[in-house]
Amino acid sequence: MELHQLTIHELQKLIRSKEVNSSDIVKSVFKRIDAVEGSVHAYITLMKEHAFEEAAKADRCIREGNIRALTGIPVALKDIVCTKGFLTTCGSRILHNFIPPYDATVVEKLKEAGAVFTGKTNMDEFAMGSSTETSYFGITKNPWALDRIPGGSSGGSAAAVAADLCIASIGSDTGGSIRQPAALCGVVGMKPTYGRVSRYGLIAFASSLDQIGPFTKDVEDCAIMMNVIAGHDPRESTSVPLDVPDYTAFLSRGIDGFKVGIPKEYFIEGIDPEITEAMRGAMKAIEGLGATCVEISLPHTEYCLAVYYIIAPAEASSNLARYDGVKYGFRADDCKDLLDMYKKTRSAGFGAEVKRRIMIGTYALSSGYYDAYYKKASQVRALIKRDFEEAWKHCDVILTPTTPTPAFKIGEKIDDPLQMYLSDIFTISTNLAGIPGISVPCGFTRQGLPIGAQFLAGHFEEGKLIQIAAAFEKQANLKQRRPNL
Amino acid sequence: MAYEPVIGLEIHAQLLTKSKIFCSCSTLFGAEPNTHTCAICLGMPGVLPVLNRTVVEYTIKMALATNCAINESCNFARKNYFYPDLPKGYQISQYAQPLSEHGYVDIEQNEGKKRIGITRIHMEEDAGKMIHDEHLPSSYIDLNRTGVPLIEIVSEPDMRSSEEASAYLKRLHEILVYLEICDGNMEEGSFRCDANVSIRPRGENAFGTRTELKNMNSFRNVQRALDYEIKRQQYILESGQAVIQETRLWDDSQGVTLSMRGKEEAHDYRYFPDPDLVPIVIDESWVAEVRKNLPELPLAKRERFMRDYQLPSYDAGVLTSSRVLADYFEDVANLSGKPKAASNWVMGDILRFLNEEKRDIKDCPILPQSLAEMIQLIENGTISGKMAKDIIEEMYRTGKPPTTIIEEKGMVQITDEAALAKTIAEILAANTAQVEQYRGGKEKVFGYFVGQVMKATKGKANPQLINDLLKKMLTAS
Repeated sequence: MELHQLTIHELQKLIRSKEVNSSDIVKSVFKRIDAVEGSVHAYITLMKEHAFEEAAKADRCIREGNIRALTGIPVALKDIVCTKGFLTTCGSRILHNFIPPYDATVVEKLKEAGAVFTGKTNMDEFAMGSSTETSYFGITKNPWALDRIPGGSSGGSAAAVAADLCIASIGSDTGGSIRQPAALCGVVGMKPTYGRVSRYGLIAFASSLDQIGPFTKDVEDCAIMMNVIAGHDPRESTSVPLDVPDYTAFLSRGIDGFKVGIPKEYFIEGIDPEITEAMRGAMKAIEGLGATCVEISLPHTEYCLAVYYIIAPAEASSNLARYDGVKYGFRADDCKDLLDMYKKTRSAGFGAEVKRRIMIGTYALSSGYYDAYYKKASQVRALIKRDFEEAWKHCDVILTPTTPTPAFKIGEKIDDPLQMYLSDIFTISTNLAGIPGISVPCGFTRQGLPIGAQFLAGHFEEGKLIQIAAAFEKQANLKQRRPNL
Repeated sequence: MAYEPVIGLEIHAQLLTKSKIFCSCSTLFGAEPNTHTCAICLGMPGVLPVLNRTVVEYTIKMALATNCAINESCNFARKNYFYPDLPKGYQISQYAQPLSEHGYVDIEQNEGKKRIGITRIHMEEDAGKMIHDEHLPSSYIDLNRTGVPLIEIVSEPDMRSSEEASAYLKRLHEILVYLEICDGNMEEGSFRCDANVSIRPRGENAFGTRTELKNMNSFRNVQRALDYEIKRQQYILESGQAVIQETRLWDDSQGVTLSMRGKEEAHDYRYFPDPDLVPIVIDESWVAEVRKNLPELPLAKRERFMRDYQLPSYDAGVLTSSRVLADYFEDVANLSGKPKAASNWVMGDILRFLNEEKRDIKDCPILPQSLAEMIQLIENGTISGKMAKDIIEEMYRTGKPPTTIIEEKGMVQITDEAALAKTIAEILAANTAQVEQYRGGKEKVFGYFVGQVMKATKGKANPQLINDLLKKMLTAS
């Protein structure tokens, strides 16, 4: 095994026993990047020089015995979290030259824990998309099949972990943008509870739905990453001042006696039969671990997509108003006046999907339409939330497929927004309800494409998710299988 | 036809907090452009607002002072529009759920008190400033003001003349300054006023089409702009045309209002609750705490001054026009024990000195103790009122207490009866003709003798003593 193939916890053992140091690991990761990044294209910006400098610092810490949670571990960051002094583009032309003067809270926390950043990963422009095809900086390929998409919007972060281009990475999830690419790339991805991980420095798409979370090679690494990034941040008003448990303590608790809810509304027509089959396998595996599966109902599921595509674009239309060419980022040339500058800058600076959503959102908030769209959507959102409250009376966690299909072909859905939006059908309700969710690998299609299982739990019950995901992961035993690059 | 104006005012007051509403940048006016800014108020990608609690407290103060109901829960909303001085492309304001509603203030008019309704008071952030250079095809932006906390106070359309509007504006200004939550500086823009005005035939209940007036940066201009606009609308109606609903800018140099944008160009602000901020819950105990620390308000103070110090309404009005002035007066009144005299000196000489130098009462070189001492010196006859006029000028110039000045200048009043009688005898001896006239019944000559005595004593003689002695000595022999 090469160092870049190992997990955080495996590398930590080697670091503690002084068998390897951070420079060795970073060297291995960049060797891998040199070898396969050309075909995967997971990164927008590589921070190679910085990474080696930080690795050298980490090595000093290791020698001094000052080893923290992520000391010397190479971590990639979705290009949506602000990094002081390093290009942060959000996958958009309009921020193609933006270098933030500040670090996102999550970046500060990772630095504090000793992580070494490898670079900024590719993503759908402003996190709007499910395939990483809308990026201004080119398409990321699925490491398991280079003619397929890695999912999105955090496709770069998922592909980077799957292809060993980093050890773990950070993504953001507004409607499934961590869990869906995690499923399609065969890695673990968690969307924490809204308010659990600080959004400060996360470039906003839809503020009431956005949440930062980790991509890792296994559930134990997910727990390690969560220990580092979770917690209250006084710089965010919606951050929740709750103590953070040690998530690694949940890893080996088992799930004997767990009640696992299977929402009947999630087994819909149009779902790939191989995914249904994998889900049946997952249920059997869970029951084999002492849990029972019970059918539950989330009656407002059918409205999730509609509600999401009102609320998310509405918030986005306002959040993206600041990209006007006045202060930073791209500004169009040859503008005759202010209005002309706004129009030309925003027309050329944003891609088609972003413009589509800005228009939908602007319309939904317009006077005369607000009540029918935004207000109504907010009301239905409350009902969706209530569905889950009701469900927790009957089960501890919920199990669903993460996606209705495995990774699709590049270009297959890019011109059909509705088909594209449907790929988030199982992940969107989580964001609307603000609850945590995790996607873990649960099998492969006959073509060898990864399939993900999604577990959901109540607010701030990430521990429970780690508990069941860890037990399931062990049982499923899929870790040996790696993409052939 | 007789028309009646209908006026409502929207007032924006900058709050005197040390830091901005959603970040920790300074709110100080007049700094180098773009030095009081940070990633948050510059609207950089990914930043988030955190509410300054003092802003809520100050707004509660104003709400209580204007008899508003305070909502238990309120929230912030985004007001979306594009302009270079608005870095986020939206202003964080309050919309559907403001902090407070349904208040009023009373204004005094010739016909008596009139109650003006307050629709709502809400919190919001200020925008930046554009600086235009006429020689350049581009403009500069100063974002120091961006995120300075504002409250917007919206009145009901209850005013029926520019005078009423002006009185209401002054009343709110006075309250804000009294509460020490706004410096009230209209020129620097920390107190701004927009007006909605329409006219209707007297006796008509329905409102006419209104226009919104902006850019009036003094009390005088508010009244001038309203007078102009009322006349303009009247002219339009009388010539058989219709008033167009629009926003108009007051042009101070030409003394006219000019069309800025029409209804069809009106913004659709697409308000929605700001998802980055949580609802603000204001419980009873918070309101009670603020209420407890509320200062005495101008109207209550005015009534108390009239009652406790027996001052006429005019004096009470002048003396309570600012909290510092009122405190100054009260100190002088209480220390001297002579409220009426205190009122006369403060309203007369002190305010005249200050006005001449455009100085504020808080910078007055005469301490209340000194003025009180001077009043007592007059009372006990040490100095005359006439001498006091000179002494107070000296006090103002030097800041010295009256006793020091009196000592330095040897200004103590002559109260030595024997010495004064000697001087009077000499004067009577030198003016036998006038003495004869007086004794012959021409009592007017008495004033002449007083003048002569004053001249001889360089004004230091006690006037009462002069009178008494003169009368006695003129009738004696």
